[in-house]
Amino acid sequence: MSDAILKVRDLKRGYEIGGGLFSAPRLLHAVKGVSFDVERGTTLAVVGESGCGKSTLARMLTMIDAPTSGSIEIDGTPIDIARSGITREMRQAVQIVFQNPYGSLNPRQKIGAVLEEPLLLNTSMSAAERRDAALAMLAKVGLKPEHYGRYPHMFSGGQRQRVAIARAIMLRPRLLVLDEPVSALDLSVQAQILNLLADLQDEFGLTYVFISHDLSVVRYIADKVMVMYFGEAVEYGTRDEVFENPQHDYTRTLFAATPKADVASIRARLEKKKAAAG
Amino acid sequence: MTDTPTPAVSVEAESRNATRQMLAEFWFYFSRNRGAVVGLVVFVTLVLVALAAPVVAPHDPDMQYRDSFLTPPFWSEGGKTAFLLGTDAVGRDILSRLIYGARFSLFIGLVVVTIALTGGIVLGLVAGYFRGWVDTVIMRVMDVVLAFPSLLLALVLVAVLGPGLVNAMIAIALVLQPHFVRLTRAAVLAERSRDYVVAARLAGAGNLRLMFKTILPNCLAPLIVQATLSFSNAILDAAALGFLGMGAQPPTPEWGTMLAEAREFILRAWWVVTFPGLAILITVLAINLVGDGLRDALDPKLKRS
Amino acid sequence: MSLLEIRNLSVEFDTAAGPFRALAGVDYTIEAGEVLAIVGESGSGKSVAMLALMGLLPDTATVTADKMTFEDIDLRSLSAARRRKVIGKDIAMIFQEPIASLNPCFTVGFQLDEALKTHTSLDRRQRRDRVIELLTAVGIPEPERRVGAFPHQMSGGQCQRVMIAIATACNPKLLIADEPTTALDVTIQKQILDLLTGLQRDHGMGLIMITHDMGVVAETADRVVVQYQGRQMETADVLTLFENPSNPYTKALLSALPENATGDRLPTVADFARDYAKETQAGTEARP
Repeated sequence: MSDAILKVRDLKRGYEIGGGLFSAPRLLHAVKGVSFDVERGTTLAVVGESGCGKSTLARMLTMIDAPTSGSIEIDGTPIDIARSGITREMRQAVQIVFQNPYGSLNPRQKIGAVLEEPLLLNTSMSAAERRDAALAMLAKVGLKPEHYGRYPHMFSGGQRQRVAIARAIMLRPRLLVLDEPVSALDLSVQAQILNLLADLQDEFGLTYVFISHDLSVVRYIADKVMVMYFGEAVEYGTRDEVFENPQHDYTRTLFAATPKADVASIRARLEKKKAAAG
Repeated sequence: MTDTPTPAVSVEAESRNATRQMLAEFWFYFSRNRGAVVGLVVFVTLVLVALAAPVVAPHDPDMQYRDSFLTPPFWSEGGKTAFLLGTDAVGRDILSRLIYGARFSLFIGLVVVTIALTGGIVLGLVAGYFRGWVDTVIMRVMDVVLAFPSLLLALVLVAVLGPGLVNAMIAIALVLQPHFVRLTRAAVLAERSRDYVVAARLAGAGNLRLMFKTILPNCLAPLIVQATLSFSNAILDAAALGFLGMGAQPPTPEWGTMLAEAREFILRAWWVVTFPGLAILITVLAINLVGDGLRDALDPKLKRS
Repeated sequence: MSLLEIRNLSVEFDTAAGPFRALAGVDYTIEAGEVLAIVGESGSGKSVAMLALMGLLPDTATVTADKMTFEDIDLRSLSAARRRKVIGKDIAMIFQEPIASLNPCFTVGFQLDEALKTHTSLDRRQRRDRVIELLTAVGIPEPERRVGAFPHQMSGGQCQRVMIAIATACNPKLLIADEPTTALDVTIQKQILDLLTGLQRDHGMGLIMITHDMGVVAETADRVVVQYQGRQMETADVLTLFENPSNPYTKALLSALPENATGDRLPTVADFARDYAKETQAGTEARP
């Protein structure tokens, strides 16, 4: 339990909304005091529906937005971008993969340039070295060297997500935040990307914060699960604890609402339908 | 360049292929628009004629033929084949003047658009990227500029700067500027919150890199369209200023100035006003058609699946 | 007689890269009161088929079919516009993006009223009552107050309920739902699916669910059509499909479900896709 790479304590983030000429702005809390630890090389899944604050959490973890209060500590280093700004080391520690692979790649940038940009900006590698690194990374995420010179629109959604993952790990971050990385993808592609993520985790010892609304995916990939509801963590525990014995009402509602694709449930549904008809 | 080992060659070839494919796709959508292709042909012809003016023009544009004032075009009664489109009041060949005039018109269009585009992009990027008071200040100033009728404002500017082609171009560029600023700002606002911009920021890109390398290339499509349309606008405005005596000064064979000089002969010699007018009309129409075609080809929203 | 019968439907699009075959000879049959799920991944042509039926495809599409009948109307001989007029009352469609499907300039009540005005001969007061009745039926709280609401004042789930109300306003015989819950949260999805199947049962409508989600199929369908790259892979009743799939693609798809995972890594459809491409020489059809 001591090897926590990410320590988050009582993290809060508020937005000021409204606030016209005469009315005082109201403070809306998107995240209301969340605390958790993630151990090195494991996956924490953050589950919740739209508006529960999970994307706000991701933006704070990746230093896009500063928290209103609370602390984030990565590998023992406190992160406080509001006070100290972002250093190169901090940037190399955390990266993010976005949900929509169609929006997260610059349409006017060839894949090679996409992958080399983090190296260009953060390291002193020569052009040839960067290029070799990019080609090696393409091979790692299951793409071919000839993809190096192509534009994003020439790729399918799954391939783009591979590129986005490759870009995120170019700097060898210790922590990778995955914001719904497979929910825009087809089922078969989803399986490939999940496998790729598992492979990369094994190879680089990556730590994942996996944000998702899909419980079946979470159950497959997570070590620990945190369920968020209106900015609060209503459930936090190991995967088995949460799935076997959910404590909070909301978690139970969520489980009940998830479609079940097993034969027994289908049979039960059809029986019920027949009974209602007859 | 560095020496490339065998596998790298294919990578480079593929990279060139990708670029070529982009261009091919662009041409496919552009060429579907017949009007645009016709416009492009006319425009290219015009550019070639303007470049080769000394070779193409039958006479010197400033040469006055004392024996043939106001000669009608060659197919009319009294016309001469030496002056295909006739001569003006001081005996200058209209065709030659039109050909040389094309140089001025294209030059005006190019300079004006370059000035307006550069300034518009910089101001629009700054306003859209930084928002806040910078945005407010820039946009309010642009609103003030837009509040004047454009030709009137250009006239005032020329009156302040003094008449002449260069001052006219500067004035027109300033008048056209706000359109570019607003367009750039709108495009930047749409792009700046996209995930790829956030990703580039996370990769460590600074403000300048984000503005010019990441965001700007994705905002270019509407700007290119606007630039072509402004090109023709600039020609029109320059002609109008010339007509009012505030643009190019005689004896420069600028189309608007030619019209102005011919004013008093409108009723007696129709050709002195018709041909410069037609030249302006055809050029502006051609460029606008090209602009329409560019919009079809560059705007992905209009692309068929 | 079947409610809707389509035989050998093909759709081809004209694109920059030459003709693209989105749908290659598919058959659908749906009986009154039946729930048919068309399931497939992107590029399987699952939406194209229904858009072709409704005459909603762009001009670049060429549609051919051996048979296309709704009850006893032959739809092939009608133009797209005429077809919508004939079947517009009897076939209704709802789409994936509920907020985008409603016109943001008009109130919910106005848009419902418009649907009634077009297809029924009710007078003003009757339509007003019917609007309230429909909103109540789809589970909108305080319908008298919500008729005056604009789409942006409502959540995605509520907008989808309104869409369903508009679609069912004229008691259609067939409702086509194109990914109706994909943009919604799971808890809302559950409510919408229950609402759809409930309305289907109460009105004895035919319901075609277009979806990529095996879970949705399992929760709603009686019969399932599985499509891949514009071709039909398998047609089976829902229990058979999940219990004993006969087609290799269906098998691959089911085993790729994370909840069916057994080992460390998920089996993927890629292996199947490779074999399939080899088999059919579909190189020209498959997108890169």
